[in-house]
Amino acid sequence: MDIKLAIFYILAAFTVWAAGVVVLGKNIVRAAVALIFSFCGVAGLYVLLEAEFLAAVQVLIYVGGITILLLFAIMLTSRIGAGTTRVINDQVVLSALVGAGLLFGLGYAVLRGIPALTGPPHLPETSPFLGRALLTTYALPFEVVSVLLLAGMVGAIVLARKE
Amino acid sequence: MMTFADLVQSLYAFAMAWGIPYVVFALVVMAIQVGAVIGYISVAAMFLIWWERKISAHIQVRFGPMRVGGWHGWAQSIADGLKLLLKEDIIPRGADRVVFVLAPMVVFAASLAAYVTIPWAPGLIVRDLNIGILYMVSISSLTVVGIIMAGWSSNNKYSVLGAMRSAAQAVSYEVPMVVALLGPVMLAGSMRMGALVEAQAQGAWLGILPGWFVFPQILAFLIYFICALAECNRLPFDIPEAESELVAGFHVEYSGMRFAIFFLAEYANMFTVSAIATTMFLGGWHGPWITLPGLSPGLSQGLFGLAWFQVKCYFLIFVMMWLRWTLARLRVDQLMDFSWKVLLPLSFANLVITGWVLVAGTQILLMVLGVLFVVALAVGLAGRARGRAATGTARG
Repeated sequence: MDIKLAIFYILAAFTVWAAGVVVLGKNIVRAAVALIFSFCGVAGLYVLLEAEFLAAVQVLIYVGGITILLLFAIMLTSRIGAGTTRVINDQVVLSALVGAGLLFGLGYAVLRGIPALTGPPHLPETSPFLGRALLTTYALPFEVVSVLLLAGMVGAIVLARKE
Repeated sequence: MMTFADLVQSLYAFAMAWGIPYVVFALVVMAIQVGAVIGYISVAAMFLIWWERKISAHIQVRFGPMRVGGWHGWAQSIADGLKLLLKEDIIPRGADRVVFVLAPMVVFAASLAAYVTIPWAPGLIVRDLNIGILYMVSISSLTVVGIIMAGWSSNNKYSVLGAMRSAAQAVSYEVPMVVALLGPVMLAGSMRMGALVEAQAQGAWLGILPGWFVFPQILAFLIYFICALAECNRLPFDIPEAESELVAGFHVEYSGMRFAIFFLAEYANMFTVSAIATTMFLGGWHGPWITLPGLSPGLSQGLFGLAWFQVKCYFLIFVMMWLRWTLARLRVDQLMDFSWKVLLPLSFANLVITGWVLVAGTQILLMVLGVLFVVALAVGLAGRARGRAATGTARG
């Protein structure tokens, strides 16, 4: 077993454990902290896939932005640490069936598709490649996404406005 | 051995000759690098704490530490460190133990991880990542998370307030900081710290000034420096730790070694942002050097480079400390206004103008400056005319 495989198993186990704490944990602040760990684990997996730009952006945006937003929402919600919220609700059987079905479907697709996977393209640097692609081949989706973000911001301002 | 990089190469050859597997060699080298960085942070933080007390004292016309260790109290920091180590470790009763204990570790880990891509000297960098500056920026955003964890888990209203203010401030000032840093990245064409330093080696602006990026990107440098002050929670952006308002903000419930870790992380952060500013704007380790007798030119340049880097970084830290003991604290709404309404548009303007000049040549720069001058003149005259009409007096 070479070192890359060992690191992959460690990172994957860490990410899955953190995700488990997020989903099954009773304390919501601890769940948010575990979410940070799982995001960092995913960033590590991106580095293993030689997508270093994506890993840095994952930490910057997910950990440095979205988790903070989540923590603000938790802190500004009154009495959230006091009550004991139920972790498992009434639809547990149906959701377990749907989840298992998804797992089998995805697993089948991935395992069947493995011969066609060729591994990361081994670019010397992904950032210039991404930059060029975003501004030439994928310029239209890039602009559409920025319009979408603008619409989101305008919507948030309208919702939060005092009448 | 010519440079520091060759030193590692010869060590590797030595390890290979003894049949040591590469993994063990890599881990040992990493352990040595981490040990060296942690050692540097500890010594530098102790020196900076003493220096801050001395600078604040002289600005306030007093002496500061004078007794501990003899000459100007140089051992004061050592005494302080020992005191903090020996203090009782108190965890408040209603606090969330796991998050409370984890918070200083997260803050310190984020501060430490940013030292990976600091270019100390030619060839002396822990890892010259090709996303160097992007990595440093994203790791710095982890400190905010640690601060929120510390504030929330302390079970204390002042801590929560301090943590929320700190998070709002850090997130708001991160955006103009990153956009300002894009200016030198565009000029150098790479995010790698080594490439950024090398791009400032050639040429000279107007024939006499060194080829540093601070001269064409002076606006970006000022924006970056102001945002760096905000990221480090230094005055005038001191709200999270406002001593006169919030007792000590988010770290009020921390005592002993845990508080020492927060303190260490703050000074480590100060050094990191100064190092980034030095690398991207002040030419990194470039400076005049001579070949010392008995050493190779490569090693001499390396040693002089190391010295110049430290001089530039500590000069910027001196400016940060100077500002702290001179300026008043900004109010929370003034802080947010300043970031979103002033710094962000200015940093975008810098980005646009830099892009224009890079594509169309420096003639565009003269035209842009001319247009800006005319616009500023028009706005100034209109403002004066409106002021005169409002007060009703005609000042001759």
